[in-house]
Amino acid sequence: MIHSLFMINSAGDIFMEKHWKSVISRSVCDYFFEEQQKANSPEDVNPVISTPHHYLIHIYRENIYFVAVCTTEVPPLFVIEFLHRVVDTFTDYFGDGGETAIKDNYVIVYELLEEMLDNGFPLATESNILKELIKPPNILRTVVNTVTGSSNLADTLPTGQLSNVPWRRAGVKYTNNEAYFDVIEEIDAIIDKQGSTVFADIQGVIDCCVKLSGMPDLTLSFMNPRILDDVSFHPCVRFKRWESERVLSFVPPDGNFRLISYHVGSQNMVAIPVYVKPNISFREGGGRFDVTVGPKQTMGKLVESVVITCAMPKVVLNMNLTPTQGTYTFDPVAKVLTWDVGKINPQKLPNLRGNISLQSGSPPPESNPAISVQFKIQQMAVSGLKVNRLDMYGEKYKPFKGVKYLTKAGNFQVRT
Amino acid sequence: MTDSKYFTTTKKGEIFELKNELNSDKKEKKKEAVKKVIASMTVGKDVSALFPDVVNCMQTDNLELKKLVYLYLMNYAKSQPDMAIMAVNTFVKDCEDTNPLIRALAVRTMGCIRVDKITEYLCEPLRKCLKDEDPYVRKTAAVCVAKLHDINAQLVEDQGFLDQLRELLSDSNPMVVANAVAALSEISDTSPSPAAQMEMNQQTINKLLAALNECTEWGQIFILDALSNYVPKDDREAQSICERVTPRLAHSNAGVVLSAVKVLMKGMEYVGMESEFVTTLQKKLAPPLVTLLSSEPEVQYVALRNINLIVQKRPDILKHEMKVFFVKYNDPIYVKLEKLDIMIRLATQENIAQVLAELKEYATEVDVDFVRKSVRAIGRCAIKVEQAAERCVSTLLDLIQTKVNYVVQEAIVVIKDIFRKYPNKYESIISTLCENLESLDEPDARASMIWIVGEYAERIDNADELLESFLEGFHDESTQVQLQLLTAIVKLFLKKPTETQELVQQVLSLATQDSDNPDLRDRGYIYWRLLSTDPAAAKEVVLAEKPLISSETDRLEPTLLDELICYIASLASVYHKPPSAFVEGQALVVRKTQLPVRSASGEPGATGATESPVPQQVQPAQQQQSVIPSHDTAMGDLLGDLLSMDLNPPQQQMSMTPAPQQDMGGMDLLGGGLDSLLGGPSPVAGMPASQASMGGGLGDILGLGISSTTYVPPKQVWLPASKAKGLEVSGTFSIRQNVRYMDLTLKNNAMAPMGDFAIQFNKNSFGLSPASALQVPSPLSPGQTADVTLPLGTNGPVQKMDPLMNLQVAMKNNIDVFYFSCLIPIHLLFTEDGQMGSASDRKVFLATWKDIPDSNEVQKEVANPNQLDPKGLSDKLQQSFIFTIAQRNVDGRDMLYQSLKLTNGIWVLAELKIQPRSPTMTLSLKTRALDVIPHVQQAYELIIANM
Repeated sequence: MIHSLFMINSAGDIFMEKHWKSVISRSVCDYFFEEQQKANSPEDVNPVISTPHHYLIHIYRENIYFVAVCTTEVPPLFVIEFLHRVVDTFTDYFGDGGETAIKDNYVIVYELLEEMLDNGFPLATESNILKELIKPPNILRTVVNTVTGSSNLADTLPTGQLSNVPWRRAGVKYTNNEAYFDVIEEIDAIIDKQGSTVFADIQGVIDCCVKLSGMPDLTLSFMNPRILDDVSFHPCVRFKRWESERVLSFVPPDGNFRLISYHVGSQNMVAIPVYVKPNISFREGGGRFDVTVGPKQTMGKLVESVVITCAMPKVVLNMNLTPTQGTYTFDPVAKVLTWDVGKINPQKLPNLRGNISLQSGSPPPESNPAISVQFKIQQMAVSGLKVNRLDMYGEKYKPFKGVKYLTKAGNFQVRT
Repeated sequence: MTDSKYFTTTKKGEIFELKNELNSDKKEKKKEAVKKVIASMTVGKDVSALFPDVVNCMQTDNLELKKLVYLYLMNYAKSQPDMAIMAVNTFVKDCEDTNPLIRALAVRTMGCIRVDKITEYLCEPLRKCLKDEDPYVRKTAAVCVAKLHDINAQLVEDQGFLDQLRELLSDSNPMVVANAVAALSEISDTSPSPAAQMEMNQQTINKLLAALNECTEWGQIFILDALSNYVPKDDREAQSICERVTPRLAHSNAGVVLSAVKVLMKGMEYVGMESEFVTTLQKKLAPPLVTLLSSEPEVQYVALRNINLIVQKRPDILKHEMKVFFVKYNDPIYVKLEKLDIMIRLATQENIAQVLAELKEYATEVDVDFVRKSVRAIGRCAIKVEQAAERCVSTLLDLIQTKVNYVVQEAIVVIKDIFRKYPNKYESIISTLCENLESLDEPDARASMIWIVGEYAERIDNADELLESFLEGFHDESTQVQLQLLTAIVKLFLKKPTETQELVQQVLSLATQDSDNPDLRDRGYIYWRLLSTDPAAAKEVVLAEKPLISSETDRLEPTLLDELICYIASLASVYHKPPSAFVEGQALVVRKTQLPVRSASGEPGATGATESPVPQQVQPAQQQQSVIPSHDTAMGDLLGDLLSMDLNPPQQQMSMTPAPQQDMGGMDLLGGGLDSLLGGPSPVAGMPASQASMGGGLGDILGLGISSTTYVPPKQVWLPASKAKGLEVSGTFSIRQNVRYMDLTLKNNAMAPMGDFAIQFNKNSFGLSPASALQVPSPLSPGQTADVTLPLGTNGPVQKMDPLMNLQVAMKNNIDVFYFSCLIPIHLLFTEDGQMGSASDRKVFLATWKDIPDSNEVQKEVANPNQLDPKGLSDKLQQSFIFTIAQRNVDGRDMLYQSLKLTNGIWVLAELKIQPRSPTMTLSLKTRALDVIPHVQQAYELIIANM
């Protein structure tokens, strides 16, 4: 199981270590640094490294490597998932999981790590249980604590820890009972030069914000549940009920949580909502850049927050472009062009064109750079998923209910 | 206010200041001080000097302060064991607290304090906590047993904690069950003792399956991993396990999903191959696997490594999912490379066009490694999908036109392979290839190009000129290129002898006279002799038709693949190596994971599956209650495969073993160092080597005739220095005063001194294990030899080996860990209480003899070279613990009835018919465990021959 954890920042400093069993010298990280040296970019370090005596499994998030050290055969996904959970918890507690936040809250971080893992076995990882055990920091509480001498730690056993619904704490009370559901879909796609789809699929999630008193039992049904054939559920969802009736029946956790995530595969046709018409060419010493974006299948909805980024080849010195709308920047160090387009007006398509200058003497690049596109479309789920109704049992009051749809670009790439 | 304030004091008197604050009367100040201490500890500063002061703060009712002190204690108790004792009382008191949170916290912290003195005090509170009324305490205590086992395994076994832990498997609370499973599997992973192994029967499985639905996601991972080690009794049970595990595929935790995949992949092996159940299950597996690929890159990587295995085992699962493996430009490189691998595995005639278009796209990317692999992938597609070969070749030609140096070189290397697969088909492109001759600077590419020129010399007009141009810088080329050049020019000469005589002479003299490389020189001489003595034969040899290269060269070997399938979701599946190959210290503890044996044709083997998934298991189990569990290790398995196909009955395997053994022995006598040729760390080569050395041993004894009470075969080289970085191990077995010894001679052939020797045995058929640590006078300086005697116990873990007498040994020194195997002479295992009944009371013997079915009797002619009389024989045999129970004379022949007992309790009864003045005797052996018979026969021959 997980033996130790090291946190390493981008400068290569080990700024935090935690050992759940015997202490392992931090020199074990040398193997990691060795591997890191070989990688071209910080993201490229192989996540599973074997050393003569230990296995190093790490994730890279918030510009920090979280390196777990194991001494026995473990399921690596267990370690990876756990590490992500650790970072998620930090983000949940401190607003972000970056180095500064961790350093500012050393002791809480240490307490959290101690509470999340015992002898390498996960102990409490549900955010609401942890929050009952260790209160998140906030300025008001710090002041109160200093005055009254009370502490951040609770001295009662968290109620949820052993109940049948470990995700929900008991005795929840709200004056306004409300439940909001956000259906968010991301399109991952690769579009080729000609504009035809090489690959496209949809990653969808339903994120909820449920603030209901007592122990409500909710049922969520869909107009077209057939779309959901590849689903992962929050542990609160009753799987049997889904299998037999295709409705989501659950006692919700309190607050924000992800109810289900689903995947609409490449077998289904995915309606691509935007198109990009790129025209990039290089010649000796320079080149032309001309890109137009437009809406495609949007069901009459507005395409917003469009941002186009393009990692230009290393030999590009500068770009001199004119956008018909929005603003563009070119980072001459990272060689990344970013064009913040904003909304797409179907009558007047946004266009960015101009000249590229190359380093003198170097040959023009062999291939054109890929373009990645960001966008958002409100009130539309691209898969066509629609919530039919939400019912509540077990409690008497009438909750306020709301459903929102959002489609956005995930990993949306256009080859040029 | 943030915690960074705790780091502001970096003055020299910091420790002093903290000490003052810790001893302050104000609670708040104390707490702040402890926080500062913890903060310093977190960043690796040494604050151990404050130990007594911090421990003083422990007796408090403030939970946060208590927790902080506990944190500190865990970190520093090791370095201050005497001080840590001071804390014990508080711990024991806290274990009785009314608040379950405090009870749990105390037992948890005590387990983390790795000090022997404290562990003694831990036992009582732990025992109570394991039975605590509060499940939160029970589940914490379960983990604590694993902690304690890590510190002192013996204590855990002696105190019966393992049984208590097993009881928790049927706890009413699923979280407790999950933690008990996790603790038990960790214990059985690290401990070789059979007591620590987790027993799985139908009942436990049902409990685990019930807990699976209700425990936390992490608990589910542990339970699923435990389930995957269970061998279902029949296909119905396998099917029901699969059905109950399937819902886990929809879990949001990737670890749960992959562990469930493992259970299902294994489960499917136990259900009939063509059954509808498997088909539906396969369909259900695809979506979750695809979903894993949209998670974080690290998850993707592990998933891809596993998918690589799954696709090889069951290509149907993902055959329609090619597109999800298409590479995105911002994927991390490690994901890109894995995706590429899987794309090729999934390539078929139907989707090849798409795949090629993608690969061509990738070949223009920036990352050199990725581009190279993409180009190589195009070549592999051509070899795999014949219909697409032409398209692949034209794609490669397009890529060569780009003139990007490394693309061209990689393309030429793969084109060579395409030529080897489809000879005489694409020669038209040779001229294009030749245009790029100058740009090739990598040995691989140059060698490939030279091979092409040599192979198709008759169609290339200026082949001689081309090769001559390479010849100019012959000495600067790498060996690979030199060898290739030599062969190519000889080919050219055989095809166009008239114009190229000068060239071939030049290359032969370069290779034989001016080169220091023995390979090159030897090959040069061989060609030279061939050409000079019989050019026609040379032609036949050099220009012989070559076998086509196979399309699936990159596939894992099927037995390895089957083993790895059992390890899906584990590190082994990421490395694509069995755990024995990399898990340290554990290399010898092989988990009992094995797929059921199937016939090569893929028939479901319905009978086999219902009777027993592991046929070898049947026989010994029925024969004797002192069962030899037949969980084949990876090694044994491999050897089984070598000797006979999977499905052959075990008897056949047994009878086949002696044959090679004798051969080897003969060869060893003649040639000597055969074992060093054969011996090696690889399991396949390792086995015959040990047989060879044993065989040699027999030969030596026969020749030398050493006489002593028990036979001590001369030492054999078990581990040649070439395989063990200079360490040579030779050894033999002996028995003195009823203690079995392994006598070893260690020789240091390396340049540096060696030290830190340690030895470990794998589970073996007779439970042999080192009874004490290996005592080597250390350091062993270069050239020095050391004789070591290692007493052996016979109560180690038992596992049936194949061959039966095989013993796998791991030896460690400061340099590395080395593995070798040797054969235990069976007479070493005869026990001194092997006299059945007594000389006066022969009924037991008689009854047992009658009781064993006649089919278990094996007869053999045994030589009696010294023509000993019955008295001499029985005296001599008795010294080796073969006891004579009765003697009688029938028709002028003497009959000796004898018994012997093996250390594992197997009895062997013998009848020895002695014909006066005859050089042979008839030996009949009767036992319930037929496997040992050939070995006992051998032992008889050995002992008698040496009288």
